[in-house]
Amino acid sequence: MHRIVEKKQLADTITLLKVEAPLVIREARAGQFVIVRLDEFAERIPLTICDTDRSRGTITLIIQQLGRSTKDLCALKAGNSIQDILGPLGNPTEIEKFGTVVITGGGVGAAELYTAAKALKENGNKVIAIIGARNKDLIILEDEFKAVADEVLITTDDGSYGMKGLVTDALKKIIAGQTVNRIICCGPIPMMKAVTGTARPYNIPTIVSLNAILLDATGMCATCRCTIEGKVRFSCVDGPEFDGYKVDFDELMVRNNRFLEEEKRALET
Amino acid sequence: MKDFKEVSLGFTEEEAVREAQRCIACKKKPCCNGCPVEIDIPEFIRLVARKDYKGAIRKIKEKNNLPAVCGRVCPQETQCEALCVLIGKGKGGPVAIGALERFVADLEAAHPEWKDAAAAKENKNIKVAVVGSGPAGLTAAADLAKYGYQVTLFESLSASGGVLRYGIPEFRLPRAILDRETGYIESLGVEIKCNILIGRTVTLSGLFEDGYKAIFLGTGAGLPYFLGIPGESLNGVYSANEFLTRVNLMHAYEFPKYKTPVKIGERVAVVGAGNTAMDCVRVAKRLGAQDAIIVYRRGEPEAPARRAEIEHAKEEGIEFRFLTAPIKIEGNEKGEVKSMTCLKMELGEPDASGRRRPIPIRGSEYEMPVDTVIIAVGQGPNPLIAHTTKELAVDDKSGELKIDENCMTSMKGVFAGGDITTGEGTVIAAMGAGKKAAAAMDSYLKGA
Repeated sequence: MHRIVEKKQLADTITLLKVEAPLVIREARAGQFVIVRLDEFAERIPLTICDTDRSRGTITLIIQQLGRSTKDLCALKAGNSIQDILGPLGNPTEIEKFGTVVITGGGVGAAELYTAAKALKENGNKVIAIIGARNKDLIILEDEFKAVADEVLITTDDGSYGMKGLVTDALKKIIAGQTVNRIICCGPIPMMKAVTGTARPYNIPTIVSLNAILLDATGMCATCRCTIEGKVRFSCVDGPEFDGYKVDFDELMVRNNRFLEEEKRALET
Repeated sequence: MKDFKEVSLGFTEEEAVREAQRCIACKKKPCCNGCPVEIDIPEFIRLVARKDYKGAIRKIKEKNNLPAVCGRVCPQETQCEALCVLIGKGKGGPVAIGALERFVADLEAAHPEWKDAAAAKENKNIKVAVVGSGPAGLTAAADLAKYGYQVTLFESLSASGGVLRYGIPEFRLPRAILDRETGYIESLGVEIKCNILIGRTVTLSGLFEDGYKAIFLGTGAGLPYFLGIPGESLNGVYSANEFLTRVNLMHAYEFPKYKTPVKIGERVAVVGAGNTAMDCVRVAKRLGAQDAIIVYRRGEPEAPARRAEIEHAKEEGIEFRFLTAPIKIEGNEKGEVKSMTCLKMELGEPDASGRRRPIPIRGSEYEMPVDTVIIAVGQGPNPLIAHTTKELAVDDKSGELKIDENCMTSMKGVFAGGDITTGEGTVIAAMGAGKKAAAAMDSYLKGA
């Protein structure tokens, strides 16, 4: 059992949980995730390790309420427990001195890039973070990113905060003004596809962190298979990060919709 | 057929004794040569015939730590029973060794007072780690505990048993029986730790740092193969592993009480004809598929599944399309499976596997409307441990871990056995490998 030691509401539908998971911390690196099963009846769902606190033995999970499982997790309070946490899983983010790296996070995707931003900065990179969301309420971790990045740009679709527009609008401005050596991106699939499209004419290496449906997450079931440069790859063990230029985003979008009816039914119960 | 209750019923006491009395206690005991874990078969049968059931189960457990499992899922007809001297003598065929094993194992469950003190006589105070709690790992862990080691058994899923848990359905191996068998392993002193993925949560060198003196890897054949035909990424195509894990481990058949979904529609095609394919097709039928169809490119005699499994499937109304090979899967505008195109085949000369090679019949292409396709054409060795541990030597072609004659991998003190070193095999073969490795580890640790 994994006790929740702290809970913070980051937005109406976005919750931060600090959870005891001392075993996960030992090998955890930026970009890795855990599989969480709340209780006997719950699904196994993947959540990025957004931060670790070695002294307390906790990991930070940031959860956006979307379906039944995320709703149940967001309803937990400090002192409650999560039955199973398995991890760290997936390949860590590649961290080197690249030069200037633009971190592009859409919605809750921003949270998943925070540890990478931190590690990249520690490795001598100039880190520019773009955090985008539909509106001001959904912008998260602005202060945290400001503490680790050289520059933080905020975009909102409705212009309620920061620059009005999409993360790609901000990205275009950055690219126009300076050399960008790498882009790391996490967010909704259409956004990751658009960021890759924006980067392509400039040939800037663009890493995307995919959010496929997972089950065992150890390479056994292939439910997370995606097409990378025409080849089948498992997001859980070959990813979750891939070269954005090679990802078949359209297929992933269709595959991620395959249990929509069931998700709706589960939410109604 | 809607429920998941066990299909095969066991012997009554009277039937068991009568069956045991058929054993003529022949001198050469050929049946023993067919048992990968070396059970003294004639002796346990003699004890059943004398109604000494407690003695019989103890005799079995000297060698076999999972008798209730083996009594159900071992292919005895190609192992111990295939060597019985009664075959071909007009005496009613071989002694039903498997059914007798199951009988005494099940009887033991009703007699907790029989609990043996098979646990270690000595405590060596040496920590060893076993990775993977499938048949190989459970066996190695139990034997190592009996030798007197402090054994920790690591499992990545939320419950122990490996393929016995996520793969084999309730109607063939009830969960309660599996729980009892793993409970027995724990009673020997084995500590089972779930939700730990060795290679990620803790590395192999991390285990050594933590004081484990030797490691056994029994991580199995978990990598699902696909056909490599167009359309396999469509929604509605599952690997057998995904389909069975959703149902067996995550209880998708009780959705939405259990939150993991599975979706099958009305017509389900299962590609392949091994035991896993039979499990998938029978599960699909139980989940409400109107038509659940086995599609296999060879003929019925070549099907790798046990005869009994094929017969059960037939009794349950499963349709079989032998000599049929899928060549593509088509989807609708929403990306969901709508049909599978197949070719009819005929059999040619035997191939490398000794089975007659299927050859496509020209112009025989036809479309089969289906909602779901389950690919059950086998699994490769799970690549994760080798991927995260560069020191482990792996066969380039097969992906199997390389071991020497003492079951040791290229990494000192790290042993391996079961499907991870041989490719997909039977439960009992993996158990045999676990047993052999445990003995090798004991010798290694004594020499160390």
